[in-house]
Amino acid sequence: MTTFQPLDVVRRSASVTTSPAPNRDVEVAKLIDVSKCIGCKACQSACLEWNDLKEPVGVNVGVYDNPHDLTPNTWTLMRFTEWENPTSGNLEWLIRKDGCMHCEDPGCLKACPAPGAIVQYANGIVDFQKANCIGCGYCVKGCPFNIPRISQVDHKAYKCTLCSDRLALGQQPACAKACPTSAIMFGTKAEMVAQAEKNVSILKTRGFDKAGLYNPPGVGGTHVMYVLHHADQPQLYAGLANNPRISPIVEMWKGVSKYAGMAVMGLAALVGVAHYAIKGPNKVSDEDEAQAKRLAEGKS
Amino acid sequence: MTTQTNTGAPVTVRRYSGSARLNHWVMAISFVLLLLSGLSLFHPSLFVLSGLFGGGGTARWLHPWAGLVFAISFMGLFFRFFALNLPERTDIVWLAKLKHVLTGHDEYLPEVGKYNAGQKLVFWIQAILVPVMLITGLCLWAPGLAWMEQTLGFKASIDQQRLAALIHAMAAVLAILVWIVHVYAAIWVRGTIGAMTTGTVTGGWGWRHHRRWLREEVVAHGTTEHPRVTPGE
Ligand code: HEM
Ligand code: SF4
Repeated sequence: MTTFQPLDVVRRSASVTTSPAPNRDVEVAKLIDVSKCIGCKACQSACLEWNDLKEPVGVNVGVYDNPHDLTPNTWTLMRFTEWENPTSGNLEWLIRKDGCMHCEDPGCLKACPAPGAIVQYANGIVDFQKANCIGCGYCVKGCPFNIPRISQVDHKAYKCTLCSDRLALGQQPACAKACPTSAIMFGTKAEMVAQAEKNVSILKTRGFDKAGLYNPPGVGGTHVMYVLHHADQPQLYAGLANNPRISPIVEMWKGVSKYAGMAVMGLAALVGVAHYAIKGPNKVSDEDEAQAKRLAEGKS
Repeated sequence: MTTQTNTGAPVTVRRYSGSARLNHWVMAISFVLLLLSGLSLFHPSLFVLSGLFGGGGTARWLHPWAGLVFAISFMGLFFRFFALNLPERTDIVWLAKLKHVLTGHDEYLPEVGKYNAGQKLVFWIQAILVPVMLITGLCLWAPGLAWMEQTLGFKASIDQQRLAALIHAMAAVLAILVWIVHVYAAIWVRGTIGAMTTGTVTGGWGWRHHRRWLREEVVAHGTTEHPRVTPGE
C-alpha cells in the first residue's frame, strides 16, 4: 500500500491563508460496501482500541445500535434499520457504519471560528486539531451529516480522524483492518471509485438494479463513500442524507452576514469619528448654566 | 436677560441614584466583555481579541455567562426606566429635527423630559435585541440547550441551532451599532458622562438638553432639605 503523507494542509479553519496547495494525486478514500456488512461491530471496537477510547456501558432499548448515537468517544457507529422492501416483500436488514464522511467541502471547517482547529490535508482527510479547538460547537452546526460531538469533559470536538496517524506510518485505518468481510476498504480515491464500480455491478447481477456509489456531489464528494444496494434511497439507511450540502443558513451565517456585519460596524465607528472631527463636541454654554441657575433660584 | 450672569460654579442636578449607576455599570462591563468575546468568534481577523481573555477557550465559556449577567442587568434597567421611555408627541417633533440634533443646535429642538427620542430608540431597540440574543444564545450553548430541554421541554434541532447562530450574530451586530451610537452620544454631548459616574449633571446641561426634565426636577426637589438641585458655591 502506498504511504500517504497526510501532513500537507490544504484548508485551515478561520484562516485567510493556507500553505500553497501541494499536489493532490494522493487523495485517499474509505469505501464501505453496506451489502457486505454483517453488523459485527469489529470496526467499532477497533476504533475504540486504536484511539484509546472508552464508552461507558449503556442501556439496551431494544435495538442493536450501541451506543444509541455517536459520542465524543464513539467516532463510528453501526446503525441498524429493518426495512420491508415493498417490491420484493422481503425484510431487509440495512446496516450502515456511520461516522465522518471527510467531505471534500467540509461544513465543519467552514463553520469553525478557531484558526487551525479544523484542517484538511492534501490527501482529503478532515482532521480536528485538539490544541486549537475552543469547544464552541460550531462544527456541529456546520456538518451536514451531524457527526462531530463535543466532550463535556475537556470541551473539545471529536470525530473520526480517518486514522491519519496510522496512514502516516503506512497503515490502513483500524476499522478497515479489523473488518472480517472486507466491507470496509481503503486506498486512493480513484482506486476506491473503481472498486465501487465492480461491487455495484456485482450487486446489479444479484438483482439490486438500483445499487450505486454514494459520493455526494453536494459536498464536493467525500473521502468516505458507501456502496448502497438502494442508492436511489439513501435515507433508508438510518437517515443517510439524500442530497447533503452545507446548509444555506450556515453559508449565510459564515458568508454575507460576516462581510456585511464587519462593514456596517466599521462604518458606524468611522461616521462617529468623522462627525466629531467636523462638528466638534456639543458643549454646554455659559448662557445655559446661567439660565439653569436662574431657574433653580426661582427667578424664571 | 444677560449672558454675563455666570458667577461662581454652576448648579448641579442629580440624574441617577447610586443603585441605577451600579446597575448600569454591571450591564456596561458585561456588554463590553460580550462584545469582545463574541466578536473574537465572529470573524477570523478578530480572533486575536480572544487573547484578552487568555485564549479562545476562555472567551467561549465566559461569553454565555457574561450574557446571563448582561440579560439580568438589562432587565433591571428596563423596569427602572420603562415608564420614562414611553413615547410621546414631542418625540416625533424631535426626530423630525434630527438635522439640528446632529449639528448640535439644541436651541431649535423642543423641550424634552428625562429622555429624548434618540435615547428612547436606543432603549427600545435594545429591549427587543436583548431577549433575541438571550434566546438564540441559549440555543448555541450546551448548558442552555440542556436547560431548555429539561425545563421547557424544547429540544432545538440542528437546523434551529443554525438559525439561532445566524440570528444571534445579526442581532449582535445591530446591538453593537446601537451601542456605538449610545457611547458616541455620551462622549459628543459634553457633560453627559458625569451622569453615570458621579450621578450628577450641571444645570446648564439639563437646560440645554433636557429642559422639561430640569424644570420638573426644580419644582419637585428644588427646595427640599436634601436638594437634588444643588446651587454651586
Ligand atoms: C444575552 C445573552 C447572551 C447569551 C446567552 C449569548 C451566548 C452566546 C453563545 C453561546 C455563543 C456561541 C459561542 C460562545 O459560546 O461563545 C455566542 C456567540 C456570539 N455572541 Fe453572544 N450571547 C449573549 C449576548 C450577546 C451580546 C449582548 C452580544 C453583543 C455584544 C453578543 C455577541 C456575540 C457574537 C458576535 C457571537 C459570535 C457569533 C458568530 O460567531 O457568528 N452576544 N453568544
Ligand atoms: S462529515 Fe461532518 S465532520 Fe466530517 S468532514 Fe463532513 S462536515 Fe466535517
